[in-house]
Amino acid sequence: MDQKKSTLDLFHDLDLATELRLGLPGSNDQPEIIKTSLSGNKRSSSEMGSSTCTDEQESRFSPPTKEQVVGWPPVRSYRKNILQVKKTDSDTGSGMYVKVSMDGAPYLRKLDLKMYKSYEELMKGLQVMFKCIIGLYSEREGYNGSQHVPTYEDKDGDWMLVGDVPWDMFISSCKRLRIMKSCEARGLGDCV
Amino acid sequence: MNPHRKRAKTVDRVDSADSALVSSESTQMRPFPSKPLSVDRVKSVESSESGRMRPFKDKILFVDRVDSVESSESSRTSQFSDKISGFDRADSVEARVDSAGSTRMSRFPDEVLERVLALVDSHKDRSAVSLVCKEWYNAERWSRRHVFIGNCYSVSPEIVAARFPRIRSVTLKGKPRFSDFNLVPEDWGADVQPWLSVFSTAYPFLEELRLKRMAVTDESLEFLAKKFHGFKALSLLSCDGFSTDGLKAIATHCKNLTELDIQENGIDDLGGHWLSCFPDSLTSLEILNFASLNSEVSFDALEKLVSRCKSLRVLKVNRNISLDQLQKLLSHCPQLMELGTGTFMQELISGPVTEFKNMFSNCRNLITLSGLWDATPLYLPVIYPACARLTFLNLSYATLRSDELSNLLSHCKSLRRLWLLDTVGDKGLEAVGSCCPLLEELRVFPADPFDQEILLGVTESGFVSVSRGCPKLRYVLYFCRQMTNAAVATIAQNCPDFTHFRLCIMNPGQPDYLTKEPMDEAFGAIVKTCTKLQRLAISGLLTDRTFEYIGKYAKNLETLSVAFAGSSDLGMEYVLQGCQKLRKLEIRDCPFGNAALLSGLTKYESMRSLWMSACNVTMNACRVLAKERPRLNVEVMRDEEGGDDSQANKVYVYRTVAGPRKDAPPFVLTL
Repeated sequence: MDQKKSTLDLFHDLDLATELRLGLPGSNDQPEIIKTSLSGNKRSSSEMGSSTCTDEQESRFSPPTKEQVVGWPPVRSYRKNILQVKKTDSDTGSGMYVKVSMDGAPYLRKLDLKMYKSYEELMKGLQVMFKCIIGLYSEREGYNGSQHVPTYEDKDGDWMLVGDVPWDMFISSCKRLRIMKSCEARGLGDCV
Repeated sequence: MNPHRKRAKTVDRVDSADSALVSSESTQMRPFPSKPLSVDRVKSVESSESGRMRPFKDKILFVDRVDSVESSESSRTSQFSDKISGFDRADSVEARVDSAGSTRMSRFPDEVLERVLALVDSHKDRSAVSLVCKEWYNAERWSRRHVFIGNCYSVSPEIVAARFPRIRSVTLKGKPRFSDFNLVPEDWGADVQPWLSVFSTAYPFLEELRLKRMAVTDESLEFLAKKFHGFKALSLLSCDGFSTDGLKAIATHCKNLTELDIQENGIDDLGGHWLSCFPDSLTSLEILNFASLNSEVSFDALEKLVSRCKSLRVLKVNRNISLDQLQKLLSHCPQLMELGTGTFMQELISGPVTEFKNMFSNCRNLITLSGLWDATPLYLPVIYPACARLTFLNLSYATLRSDELSNLLSHCKSLRRLWLLDTVGDKGLEAVGSCCPLLEELRVFPADPFDQEILLGVTESGFVSVSRGCPKLRYVLYFCRQMTNAAVATIAQNCPDFTHFRLCIMNPGQPDYLTKEPMDEAFGAIVKTCTKLQRLAISGLLTDRTFEYIGKYAKNLETLSVAFAGSSDLGMEYVLQGCQKLRKLEIRDCPFGNAALLSGLTKYESMRSLWMSACNVTMNACRVLAKERPRLNVEVMRDEEGGDDSQANKVYVYRTVAGPRKDAPPFVLTL
């Protein structure tokens, strides 16, 4: 019966590639592993953690807290939405500055979304600002043929691929931007 | 009293069937006088037998609330033979009772007993009463007017209707609590319609219905409005599946409506026309809460409604109602006790404090204030005249800063309950500590729960300040981004009366930020010091030690919420072994596996429910649990993405007298 298996055996049954450790820093020798599994209905940014790039794995382990987990913090969606609405209300009027981060860059930038009228213009602006190449958007494959993929965080706190929704809808729901390395982002396009 | 005569009387009430069965068992197990059944007794009863086939035993198991509604086995038609045998037992019981010397209880005529029991309100007391003996069981069930069903699948509407013939008010809760955080797929169930269908024949005079986390459709609301002619009070909290069209039906058809309370539901807001559906003849409204609806209602209709409902005591409007509209409303209902404002700012010529200085001057009964959307320092002084009497102030939709809060709170000496956003910061909480000595409940919500870059909000020091100034605190919900063991220990010392302690350190698995140690000692301090603790939610980096403390010290704990915590199966085992009064256990993302799950084998029937998601439980273990405990429903929710079929990713276990769900969707497997 399964009861006979030790806890550690059960751990080893699982796919360790998707595991995040929450052990204390430098505590690799501890037999007690605190495991988190980030599965849920909606695979939000937890997908970003399960990358296939091995060089990404190490940087992932130190701050697991930067990932967003489904249903956490435990705030009811009603309350979440109310406050998001409040924030974007205050954004309208004097430009719509959002933070833009790029993986590997030492600091973030801010961009006024109102300066752009379309996705093409936005891509051009991002490419100029970060000196990167973003590539072409296709509905089926996301962004192909480039090192970088633009993503954004919407009102609900979910990380979305830039380009799926009409520009106006994007403007009103985009809270911040993040330019990911495309090998990491591959999870996003393939699933869902 | 002549035992024969008594027996004859109760034969009339034979349709209850189960009464005798209960009494016989209960007095055999324990000499007179009976005490409410404790968990220990439940265990001893169980250990002697097993399985569903012994009908007498079924009754004892479920003690509190009406997930404790006993049923006469599974079939509804009268099993006369069972009843006869029950009576034989009952006779012997009564004889025993008489010989024990205390016979006064059996001397009450049933009508007197019913009158007396009608005054008993608490569900726990009523459950205890129903277990004393047959007469009391009958008197209790005939005198009960309100039934509370904590888990809609623990019992069926038919069973409820069979046991309680005279219900006027029902409270019904459906989905597991984690459904509030998107952990339960849509279409999971908890449909209210089957209940309404049975109630329409069993309780045509139903007056009140309070639903939490139920699936409600517009058709159900229309059914409710049309079939129950005396219907008075509807409260919907965290429900989904309906739209404002359903509200239209309620407003139109419920001629005697006293309460319409719509809170935080997944409602399809199609417009505010529903409010205009209240007929001019409706004057009975006492409670109206539509604060969580977004669409604009007709102010004219609202004003007229408020003016003609002279008994209105609770009014919570939505954000579209402006300040001067609010002022007009208040002029019509100065008797209000609870007010939820609309938006709390407006473009004005002379400024808010002059224009609105009399808004609250006539509201002498106002004790609760909420809403206050968009309130700024310029507008808050408008409420100062009402502050001295306030006992509950809900500022969780107002993004106030610390100085704004300070100024406001200096007027609020009588506050018992306060809800805030963490924009007020630690300084704001210092003000709470110094201004509100009578405070019993504090909830601090995160303004920006997903913004992990910013280290704003409140910290451990704000919490400590509150605890110093508010020793009467018993309920706390606190969202923060950093905490220390030492701080929580201090807080526990300052406030030993905690009954509800819910601490959410928002980064999963975060240690004490100063010492880098796990937060075990923090929760250890809480459970050691706060002996009245009923509800606990833990967070941060936690090892099995936390659970060891909980199991050892939290003897009154009834509800425990766990996320991203623990090191091994032992954690969960400690809690299941130690917490005798545990009723609800919800766990997510912890390394508890099959051994842990099965260690609770004999415990789950004394609890309302267990939720485990993203832990280490396999299907096989769930099957074992289901097989050993046929009186539990062991449900596993399938992940849509496929994945490992042997892992049970979402497990929901609950006791039930209704058997497996008949309405389970395809992704819910009942084992």
